[in-house]
Amino acid sequence: MVSTKDRPKPVGYRPGVGSRASRIVNFVGLCLLSVVFLIPFYLIVRNALSTTQDITAPGWMWFPTDIQWGNFTELFNDEKVPMARSLLNSTVVSVLTTVGTLFLCTTAGYGLARIPYRHADKVFYAILATLMVPSAITFLPSFVMVSSLGWVSDLRGLIIPTLFNGFVAFLCRQYFLSFPKELEEAARVDGLGYWGSFWRIVIPNSKGFLAAIAVITFVTSWNSFLWPLVIGRSSDSWTVQVALSTFLTAQTVNLPQLFMAAAVAILPLVFVFLFLQRFLVQGVAQTGLKG
Amino acid sequence: MAVTDKTAEPASAAAGTSRRPRRRRTFGGRNLAFWYFVGPFLLGLIIFTYIPVGWSAYLSFFDARNTVTPASEDFVGLDNFVTMLTDENFRRSLVTFSIFAAIIVPITFASSLGLALAVNKVRIMRAFFRSVFFLPFACSYVVASLVWKMSIFAGVRYGMANTVLDWFGIESIPWLFGNDPPWFWLVIATLRLWIQCGFYMILFIAALQQIPEHLYEAAYVDGARPGWQTFWHITLPHLRASSVAVLMLVLIAAYQAFDEFWNLLPNSGNVPYARTPLIYLFHTSLGTSQDLGRGSAGALILALLIAIVTLFQGKLLGFGKPEGR
Repeated sequence: MVSTKDRPKPVGYRPGVGSRASRIVNFVGLCLLSVVFLIPFYLIVRNALSTTQDITAPGWMWFPTDIQWGNFTELFNDEKVPMARSLLNSTVVSVLTTVGTLFLCTTAGYGLARIPYRHADKVFYAILATLMVPSAITFLPSFVMVSSLGWVSDLRGLIIPTLFNGFVAFLCRQYFLSFPKELEEAARVDGLGYWGSFWRIVIPNSKGFLAAIAVITFVTSWNSFLWPLVIGRSSDSWTVQVALSTFLTAQTVNLPQLFMAAAVAILPLVFVFLFLQRFLVQGVAQTGLKG
Repeated sequence: MAVTDKTAEPASAAAGTSRRPRRRRTFGGRNLAFWYFVGPFLLGLIIFTYIPVGWSAYLSFFDARNTVTPASEDFVGLDNFVTMLTDENFRRSLVTFSIFAAIIVPITFASSLGLALAVNKVRIMRAFFRSVFFLPFACSYVVASLVWKMSIFAGVRYGMANTVLDWFGIESIPWLFGNDPPWFWLVIATLRLWIQCGFYMILFIAALQQIPEHLYEAAYVDGARPGWQTFWHITLPHLRASSVAVLMLVLIAAYQAFDEFWNLLPNSGNVPYARTPLIYLFHTSLGTSQDLGRGSAGALILALLIAIVTLFQGKLLGFGKPEGR
């Protein structure tokens, strides 16, 4: 394929759209919008490190008069808010959900994409059919199931029902369909079966795709609210989102502590965004383009 | 022992546990391989999706309060469906959703496309801008609700929005408080817009980068001025597939709106002026009345509505057509 870069450009043609003035307007506009987009983050940090008096002062204060690092330790020492416990729950749930989803959905996706079997089509349609019903609508039926298994207020109830994600399995199937067959065939000649070539050839060569799926699953799991709210009936099984929500709707609110809790809750994901953004962007593009 | 080994051999050979160079794959062995790849997933899907949905459909024909195993004399036929469909509150929740969708779908679409075009056009700091607009996606709806309710749109003097209004000499607005506050849609819509528009921007940027540069060069040679003309005749037609995907994703997400309504509005979102379908179902089935029968009927009605709307929208916008990608 001839790269379009090699062809001569038409005289006077400049890539990018518009005149110099329009580019400057565009740039300035983007800068202003960036500031607007960052305001909520700024507010979280400002309020988390302020005293209540600073936040509710009659005149707007851009920075706290005296930075209150103590709000952090206070949050974790407050026995009314099970912050440490809910952070631990969220971590366990998100990590196990990510690992479990990845394992189950990649194996299923690979089987559907690569192993010829008479009824594979039927199985595939059975999975596709579940995509028609948005997961949020099934919260009630799933709750019925989980409560009869006795998993209410239990981490098992938070994790296991969310692992069988038809959409991720679908994405994996599409991905493995485009995986170069030659690599696997070489493995077959060397005597590896489906299981062996999957783990030794396919998985090690799909790290980018797996990372993208993993990051998306982790972020979704960490931020999910409805299902943890349905299942987490006792404060022992609250995730960080449920704890925050309870904190937010309480009768009396300690503003700095509330915002400190919010800051702690988004910190892990801010790290994910800073260091793994490449995979995240890739994951979003993959997820969305499949519609 | 030897007999068992012989019969197990084809399966294990296909499965790759055997190191013999020549594979002898029988149909049975390949089937087995398929099932240990797909079986666990399918089993989970049956247990956690198919059976629950079936069970819930069963419950919808019963007067099932506080129970998931109603007695046979509690069979009420289609009563739950009739009650839900004639229920003023349920129908009003569908209206609430429609208003919400009518606000959020167009503004999300326009903003994410606008951001994508602007970020794609800028020559410096592109990665920075992309990251900044995408960063809100790291925020959960709970965290964002917290900031919106307690800081930006706090209905008191020290709220940020009211502070800004005060600079212009405008009276404070009680954003979320009081009986049917007039401005709550602004609060709810900006929150969702802030969280999701960077996400859809990424989709549009990915699609924009697929458009071959030489089309723009050709247009230039043909005398088309860069800007509106090329956007209308080259860019937009190439974004067709992505646009359809974005519209559908935004609409389906709006249908399931729950988190921000629960956290922003008083009484856990259980207020007559802005009760979304999901909030209503939650309070019906898991609130004080614990009416799982009616809740299940409502869930089925909603699922059906979503399926119809999705199919209809898909047909209307020609989803799945390969052209324009």
